[in-house]
Amino acid sequence: MKSVALHNRLTSLLLKSITLLLFFAFSLSSYSQDVDEARQKEGRKLFKSLCASCHKLDKKLIGPALGGVEDRRENDWLKSWIKDNAALRSSGDSDANAIFDEYNGASMTAFPQLTDQNIDDILYYTTVGDPVKKGAAVVTEAGQKSNESPKWLIYILAAAIIVAFLIIASLLKTISELKGAPKTPGAIASLNEVWEGFKQNTFLKVMCTIFILLMGAYVVFGTLFKVGVDQDYMPLQEIAFSHKIHAGDNKIDCQYCHSSAKHSKTSGIPTANVCMNCHKNISEVAEDTKVEWDGMTYGKAELDKEIAKIYDAVGWDADNLEYTGNTKPIKWVRVHNLPDFVYFNHSQHVTVAGVACQKCHGPVEEMDEMYQYSPLTMGWCIDCHKATKVDVKGNEYYTKIHEQLAKKYNVEQVTIAQLGGKECGKCHY
Amino acid sequence: MASNKKYWQSVEELKGSSIVETLSKKEFVEEIPTDDFLGDKETLENSSTSRRDFLKYVGFTTAAASLAACEGPVRKAIPYVVKPNDVTPGVADWYATSMADGYDFANVLVKTREGRPIQIMPNKDANGTTSARVQAAVLSLYDEKLRLQEPSKGGATITWSDADKEIAAKLNELKEANKPVVLLTGTMASPSTSKIVEEFIAAYPNISHVVYDAVSESGAADAMLAMYGKRTLPNYHLDKAKTIVSFGADFLGDFHGGFEKQYIAGRKPETGDMSYHIQFESNMSLTGANSDKRLVLKPSDQVFALLNLYNIITGSNVPSKTTSVDADVNAAAKSLQKAGAKGVVLTGLNDKNAQLVALAINKALNSEIIDVNNTLNVRQGNDTEVAQLVSDMKSGKVAGLISYNVNPIYSLSNSSDFSEGLKKVELSVALSIENNETVDASTFALPTPHFLESWGDTQFDQVTYGLMQPTIQPLFNTRQIQDVLLKWTGNSVSYYEYLKGFALTNVLNGASWNTALHNGFHKKEILEVEETTVSDIVISDVASQLLKSTKASAFELNLYTKTGLGDGKQANNPWLQEFPDPLTRASWDNYLTMSIADARALGFANPVKDNGAINGDYAKVSVNGKELVVPVMVQPGQAKGSVGLALGYGRTFGLKDEMKVGVNAYTLYTNGNNIQYNVSIEKVSGTHKFACTQVQKTIAGRHDILKVATLKEYNSSADPKHSWNKPAFVSYDHNEVEASTINIWDEHNREIGHHFNLSIDLTSCTGCGACVVACHAENNVPVVGKNEVRVGRDMHWLRIDRYYSSEVETREEAKELGLSRGDTYRALETEAENPEVTFQPMMCQHCNHAPCETVCPVAATSHGRQGQNQMAYNRCVGTRYCANNCPYRVRRFNWFNYSNNNEFDFNMNNEYGKMVLNPDVVVRSRGVMEKCSMCIQMTQVTILKAKREGRAVDTDEFETACSSACTTGAMVFGDVNNEKDQVATLAKDKRAYHVLDYLQTKPNVVYQVKVRNTNEA
Repeated sequence: MKSVALHNRLTSLLLKSITLLLFFAFSLSSYSQDVDEARQKEGRKLFKSLCASCHKLDKKLIGPALGGVEDRRENDWLKSWIKDNAALRSSGDSDANAIFDEYNGASMTAFPQLTDQNIDDILYYTTVGDPVKKGAAVVTEAGQKSNESPKWLIYILAAAIIVAFLIIASLLKTISELKGAPKTPGAIASLNEVWEGFKQNTFLKVMCTIFILLMGAYVVFGTLFKVGVDQDYMPLQEIAFSHKIHAGDNKIDCQYCHSSAKHSKTSGIPTANVCMNCHKNISEVAEDTKVEWDGMTYGKAELDKEIAKIYDAVGWDADNLEYTGNTKPIKWVRVHNLPDFVYFNHSQHVTVAGVACQKCHGPVEEMDEMYQYSPLTMGWCIDCHKATKVDVKGNEYYTKIHEQLAKKYNVEQVTIAQLGGKECGKCHY
Repeated sequence: MASNKKYWQSVEELKGSSIVETLSKKEFVEEIPTDDFLGDKETLENSSTSRRDFLKYVGFTTAAASLAACEGPVRKAIPYVVKPNDVTPGVADWYATSMADGYDFANVLVKTREGRPIQIMPNKDANGTTSARVQAAVLSLYDEKLRLQEPSKGGATITWSDADKEIAAKLNELKEANKPVVLLTGTMASPSTSKIVEEFIAAYPNISHVVYDAVSESGAADAMLAMYGKRTLPNYHLDKAKTIVSFGADFLGDFHGGFEKQYIAGRKPETGDMSYHIQFESNMSLTGANSDKRLVLKPSDQVFALLNLYNIITGSNVPSKTTSVDADVNAAAKSLQKAGAKGVVLTGLNDKNAQLVALAINKALNSEIIDVNNTLNVRQGNDTEVAQLVSDMKSGKVAGLISYNVNPIYSLSNSSDFSEGLKKVELSVALSIENNETVDASTFALPTPHFLESWGDTQFDQVTYGLMQPTIQPLFNTRQIQDVLLKWTGNSVSYYEYLKGFALTNVLNGASWNTALHNGFHKKEILEVEETTVSDIVISDVASQLLKSTKASAFELNLYTKTGLGDGKQANNPWLQEFPDPLTRASWDNYLTMSIADARALGFANPVKDNGAINGDYAKVSVNGKELVVPVMVQPGQAKGSVGLALGYGRTFGLKDEMKVGVNAYTLYTNGNNIQYNVSIEKVSGTHKFACTQVQKTIAGRHDILKVATLKEYNSSADPKHSWNKPAFVSYDHNEVEASTINIWDEHNREIGHHFNLSIDLTSCTGCGACVVACHAENNVPVVGKNEVRVGRDMHWLRIDRYYSSEVETREEAKELGLSRGDTYRALETEAENPEVTFQPMMCQHCNHAPCETVCPVAATSHGRQGQNQMAYNRCVGTRYCANNCPYRVRRFNWFNYSNNNEFDFNMNNEYGKMVLNPDVVVRSRGVMEKCSMCIQMTQVTILKAKREGRAVDTDEFETACSSACTTGAMVFGDVNNEKDQVATLAKDKRAYHVLDYLQTKPNVVYQVKVRNTNEA
């Protein structure tokens, strides 16, 4: 066992050092291509904040693709266009007016605040593109692999050791028997002896019966109580939507998409138009994005197709950048299903109580594929209601009732249950 | 003295029938037939299912069920593609709009969830009110069975554009030939539509517009035209009235659209004064049941009494006849004269002359109550023009007929003439929301939207301009009549644009369109009503004409509309069919109401069967050579020599089988006259099975349920605790002690947090039943159908009990009075001829010391700190112990699955009907007990809203469905721990009492003693 772990650690170390070496070699080689990292970084920052909502490097968005734009236009022309394109157009510049007409008279925002240096940085970025970071990706991948492997390996090895031990034991026994040693009473015979003794001991029999019945009852109850409890339920969705990318990596607030959680009983599944707030501009994932989906690893090729599914649903023509009007609803599979006879209100928990979404839904920001984190049983609800103190500060609704109840129960802060959150009719009607 | 009265629910109970007594002791009237089956060896042996088979089935189903339970179904969640801005899933939106379906008119608020209207409530800012029918209209929207879905020609579907082309061509052809075309509509009360119709007629001068109301009030409008020069209905400000004398005017029902709110506003005992209301009528109506003095009088006598009253008031001597109630007429006249301008006389006789006499009396009184300036537009039908149209059609003079939401083939008494005429017209177009006989007989059937899918405007009186806006995308391929007419006129503008322009230029006067639309109404700032000129009418001529048309006869028929179905437009609405009539408590039927004396003479009876249901005999009614076989319901308070029959029933075309109930009384509705003379009645064979909720729920002789006082008693200085609102006393330790001093339950502190109470003012409750339907809509209460109601399995969480009363309490008491056996019966029956009626809404009382909670073996029903008796359906195993232990009989058991079950093919069995379900309340399944939850889903929403906004709950912010639907403010809901809430004061009022207070169940529903103004005059 120990040796295996040691071996593992050794391998990972070895792998890491090799990849690290590779990485340095690679980056050194790429750096040798005259890329001014500082300028690229500055330019990228400016581009992302000012230009990216309408332009991409390699693709037409609201405005034209800007990759290698310096090869196509004069630097001075670009500067005057960026600073004030309207002035350039009114000065009668034919190129400016042509591009204006090409994009159906959609005028670009003027950026008089940019200095020449800024613009040069942006243009530099459009020429050299994004910094390459393939090496880093290898490192993380390798690291992950080395961390994941032991679990099943350990089980197999343990099983093998036990089998081996048994074989050795039986071999040893046979050898000694062959050597002429007297036959010791076998394990079976000694078991028989124990059984005879057991049969005569009434007390032991009664105790065992009770024990077996209790165990049986425990198992049966345990099984029955799990009926209808769908904890860890992870249905396959129509679109490989990763909460990890959205809520985790990009840190989008839960309620940006689930906006009715603060107003309504339902948290609301975001409608496709909410997706389009961002995905109008984001038609593809970054190069190295990976999502674990239905037992497979989805890369850029697969994930871009998933984004296209939103376009399909909302009727967005990604080539001509316009809505076609042909919409069809997305059929998500409900992960969290409460029975009809339970009333649950998100806004009570989210807005009034200020409960974090993760408290019930788990580490959603780490989930590629969404699953039911909590059991959603009544016991689970009640346990929380019993334990949680009501946050009454700053809410005038509670002022009077809390004062009275705190006095009644002789506590500083009442729990939800003491406030009536354990009554049947509060959730069942 | 109020407490001397015996309250009884049926004639059978009054007679002391042993069946009723037996039934009253049982909560579930039907025995479960286990003994029948298991006790009979033969049936057991003949049964095709052997014991082994049975065990196999049990084993298999248990195994299958547990296997199936192991894996939950995969549920899809499908969001909008593009979410509408004003929709937050899970949050209700409210829209202000107006209802106008030709018979019911109301300014309403509509609750929508994810774009589906699910409830209609009154728009109280616009002074709107809702009735049971207005409340139920939301379900008619989803009536996929009856509604027209596609335009068609001769039964084959066509497109709208083809229909437009063909019809416009034909219209132009008829215009060239100058052949008359008639546009036949019901009352629309829409100014912009009137303008569109005018423009349509201007474009096609050969078209004339005829307004036809199935249930006519043409007489009143004609009388207004004759006397005041405008054909509208007078308005009545009953809130300011001191004396109201009504001759058969059911003004709490459908008379001029109803005056419930105003009437009750003038009857608040806490002001120390109430209007005095005398009702002369033949049928027992809701209005009569609420009156202070009710005089039974057959229709012809009502005419004579009206003329006698005129003679007394004006001192003139127009010809009349004496009646049996002349002394009472005298007294009424005195009271009216005393009230002077605060007195008013109304008559429900649909006869121009009778209406003229009433107008003349009001003029003589100088009445301020009747308003002939700010008049009502809700009934514009013109019987004369309709009669003319039918005869013209029959003689082939009409070349084209465009009908809109009317069904003359069903609702005309001479419908065969109409059908015959319809075959002779060259162009017949039916614009209709529903598929009915008339639509079927027309060439073109063009679907129009429900009012919840429509734009529009309304003008019910002259001051309030209402707007109608769609609350849902049209469900079917419909187009509004306004758009259709604009198109045919050649106007390319959409009706929405037209309406907006119309409102901005003609009504809003600089006010914002968006504000008006948001509010649903716009009050015209200046009363633009011109003072009407009074033309002199010679009343003696009117009177002699009236006398000539009044043919007093042995039997007279008074046709009326029921609270549930009205004119029958919503006959396919299961909520309304199941709605029990406030007076007879019968659902799913119409019937001939007959007085007890007549019934005895002719041999009619309503025996109570051992399963608690009521049967009836059939009568053949003959009027003007027309015959109808109708079941008879013996009705206390019906005038001897008169019978009543409700319109609106007996529809069959296009209806679901379950809804094809009752008989079509329109066949007897000759000339739109609600009174038909020379009626003969003959008993015919057969037994009718009524679905009555009347007998099943007697109160087992516990007469501490209802308390009634007179205004004089109320105003006296005597302590109510010792006079008219006595608390219960019980025997304890051989002493009589006040019940509230002892209790078998432990007391809890109820002063922390909210504590909800519902106060029900029996003085203000008219029994209209809007709350019953509101409760259906809010709580997904299932409809169970006629057969189930018949055996007492109705699911109404909220019912309105109706109690009759008589002065002699029991036969034992009669014996004590020394009455002989014959005298006893006579004494009892004399009272029963005209009993006092009291309505009492009854629902779960949410007892703080609840007997039901004590007996539940699984603790499925328990008490919340906020006072609600909570019911956890998922915990209930259906022992029904709770229902048996409930002294109020308000728990309803789910005998079946009422959803997704073809045996109960009502709204919960189809995709459209299910759209009306409230997503915040679970649909209960078979085998569980359910009951009023005090709308816990609504109180929770209110609390949550306050919490989210970080504030305390506002005064009177809590509501239940019934309290918000209540037109008269009889039901008030709130938090008694908030001193500012109205209910906190009401719970301590001197009129407040608890039902069955000797049980000390400490209910959270408080009733206010009914006060009648009987001492006057």
